[in-house]
Amino acid sequence: METIFTDVLCIGAGLAGERVAIEAASAGFDAICLSIVPARRSHSSAAQGGMQAALGHCAMGDGDCPDVHFVDTVKGSDWGADQEVVRLFVDRAPEAVREMAFWGIPWNRVVPGKSTYFKGGKEFEKVEASEKEGFITARDFGGTAKWRTCYTSDGTGHTLLYTMDNKVVQLGVTVHDRVEAIALIHDGEICTGAVARCLKTGDLRVYLAKATVIATGGYGRIYRETTNAVINDGGGAIIALDTGVVPLGNPEAQQFHPTGIVPTNILVTEGCRGDGGTLLDVNEERFMHEYEPEKAELASRDVVSRWMTHHIRQGLGVKSPYGDYLWLDIRHLGEHHIKTKLREVEEICNNFLGIDPITQLIPVRPAQHYTMAGVRTNKDGAAYGLTGLFSAGEAACWDMHGLNRLGGNSLAETVVAGKIVGEKIVEFLQGYEVQYNTGVIRSAVTKQEERIKRLISGENGDENVYDIRNHMQDELMERVGIFRNGTDLQKAVDNLQEIYARAQKVGLRSNGAGANPELGLALKIQGMVKLALCTAYGALQRTESRGCHAREDYEARNDRDWWNRTLATWKEGDDLPTLNYEPATETVELPPGERGYGVCKIITCDGEVIGEDKS
Amino acid sequence: MARRLKFNIFRYNPQDPDSSPHTDTFFLEETESMSLFIALNQIREEQDSSLQFDFCCRAGICGACAIMINGKPGLACHTLTDELPEEITLMPLPIFKLIGDLSVDTGTWFRAMYEKVESWVHTDETFDPNTDEGRMDNALAEEIYELERCIECGCCVAACGTANMREDFVGAVAMNRIARFMMDPRDERTDKEYFEIIGTDEGIFGCMGLLGCEDVCPKHLPLQDQLGILRRKMGWSAVKQLFRFKS
Repeated sequence: METIFTDVLCIGAGLAGERVAIEAASAGFDAICLSIVPARRSHSSAAQGGMQAALGHCAMGDGDCPDVHFVDTVKGSDWGADQEVVRLFVDRAPEAVREMAFWGIPWNRVVPGKSTYFKGGKEFEKVEASEKEGFITARDFGGTAKWRTCYTSDGTGHTLLYTMDNKVVQLGVTVHDRVEAIALIHDGEICTGAVARCLKTGDLRVYLAKATVIATGGYGRIYRETTNAVINDGGGAIIALDTGVVPLGNPEAQQFHPTGIVPTNILVTEGCRGDGGTLLDVNEERFMHEYEPEKAELASRDVVSRWMTHHIRQGLGVKSPYGDYLWLDIRHLGEHHIKTKLREVEEICNNFLGIDPITQLIPVRPAQHYTMAGVRTNKDGAAYGLTGLFSAGEAACWDMHGLNRLGGNSLAETVVAGKIVGEKIVEFLQGYEVQYNTGVIRSAVTKQEERIKRLISGENGDENVYDIRNHMQDELMERVGIFRNGTDLQKAVDNLQEIYARAQKVGLRSNGAGANPELGLALKIQGMVKLALCTAYGALQRTESRGCHAREDYEARNDRDWWNRTLATWKEGDDLPTLNYEPATETVELPPGERGYGVCKIITCDGEVIGEDKS
Repeated sequence: MARRLKFNIFRYNPQDPDSSPHTDTFFLEETESMSLFIALNQIREEQDSSLQFDFCCRAGICGACAIMINGKPGLACHTLTDELPEEITLMPLPIFKLIGDLSVDTGTWFRAMYEKVESWVHTDETFDPNTDEGRMDNALAEEIYELERCIECGCCVAACGTANMREDFVGAVAMNRIARFMMDPRDERTDKEYFEIIGTDEGIFGCMGLLGCEDVCPKHLPLQDQLGILRRKMGWSAVKQLFRFKS
């Protein structure tokens, strides 16, 4: 068995994984990134609108500072976030943006003088200060008090990832692309690397490392309708959960983005609304300002997605063979704006919808977008349950997003957390030695070899892996979506348990030779259904509404009983996760209160009921 | 009435001793707005689960899914079947090493390219977290972004006459990358240093000017312009160096 040694093994070579590797390599440690695709194809590249950091250079960001960013982020999380982590994050975000500028990002810059912008379909004027000319500018995003989202047109994730990967190459960090970690190597206390499958040859390989980092992004592909890339199917979360000792934080926390295009669910950026785009119904009339007088289209994503769904349920959606949808209107922003600031959106509309967004409306509806859930870590990025295991970025539940992430905070998290967790790993490695136990390694490898053999021979059964995946996706889509209730969630859990039983009886149709794609999915399907069960079961148990988790049968946010974080572990042989809970935050800089948008019915920590249901 | 599409797909799994290069034929009923992303996944899920191909973002952003579509390189995810005839022939990109069927190894090729052109900002300055970022004119930032939009799909390499003849040719993608850094004031490399990288037959002087690269670029990058600018600049550098050498 080919065995590769390194100090730091980053599983995932998107922004977070590469940023950790850069920090380790800069401190003189060996770092290897594994990636199931060439690094630059990682899903970080698809982030469009921008990255939040309180630089405060642009006119509409005047007076911004990390404190304001802190308040926005905690409110956005519906008080689900760990406030100590949010503080760490907002304080370091400006530096991270500047560092990326230093490494080569062509951030859009402040252009001094008068210019116009749109809000709620109306045109306004602003004046950019001449002394700020050429500094990094920002655009408006949902749930923020200031224009804070730094951007390069609408290809921000792309430029960030290319620049980050340039830095990786400059430092000589090794990237093994088309390699997928399929199990962690651990003895129940210490993690010492991973067993991986080469996606060029199908061969297994062992990576031994002092520190292993899960940075595999989110897992939106457990849902049928998602903006996520096809690679976002939970690899990192699955191998963490498979250890039996590492918990996922808040598995019920899945964000739906308001503007996936219909029917392909490809994302068009929140920047469309940030730059003044509006949402229209079947009558081509705005509606968000009626539900949210203050924030309108720029309330947080969970809130906008809910009102859109509500509006469609009122019969005001546009009918189509793919279900009802609404319109996104950016026509009034004009050709110049669209062709410079919303270029990807224009291309996506042209290529996938055959429409011109300069003159036509864009059909949209909410689609799964972001996994706030993830490998639970402490503020240093160290995973609960195993020494030597870390996690960063969307794969982690660090946890700065709580039950809802703000737009622009995910790109920011990848580079800020990547940097902070990288620093902490460097500290961890000082003087840290580990013993590689050949028995542990051998048993981890044998287990995977056995799995592969049984899948190919069909010893477990002949269930079709694609069929199982489709059933799982439908189950989540239909019963664990934007609005949830006890009856549906219970049914989802029951059905998913049945699907889980079937997932254990998968057999391949093909011969499984080489980089066989059916085998790749078959190795993962049980884990994916486990993630689906964690999502559904976590949602069933959380009998309140907070952030993205909206229970029709428990409409209030319940700070008395549910100001906490779900921790889901999976014991071998079980067909349900074990759920535990911890306080959402030990540090309280901002006590729970109203967000200022969304339905605000709250059961306070003292048990008092405040606010009214606006619907 | 829906068309019945005939797909001729190149098949070969180098890891399977029983496999040899050949073409398999598959039929699909065409559905509304069917893309090659939908079609290929349907073939894999319903007809042959061993079929290898690459998709990632499926939104034309990541560059993973470039293949030869009826003889021309393009992104499979944003190619709709209604733009194609009933018979569709799909082959892997040439030049890149075959992994299996339609899947090729672009990662190794591009990493070698980054290392060759040193695809990063070269500067003697060190980052100071406590000061404001350096200023840049927004128009310049937008110009850099224009070239930075390359998604490294490999279409321009596959369509390049020179690259198909000589393995060491860096391709339009590398030239575009150099042009991007030449434009960026943060990169302190001189024209002479750039010349050392691409002022050769492997670089700008190997380009035959056929411009297949620009024709097939899914992001519509101005490759022709950049090649022209580079050729002029590098030509001048060559003349200057010759002059210096002689004097």
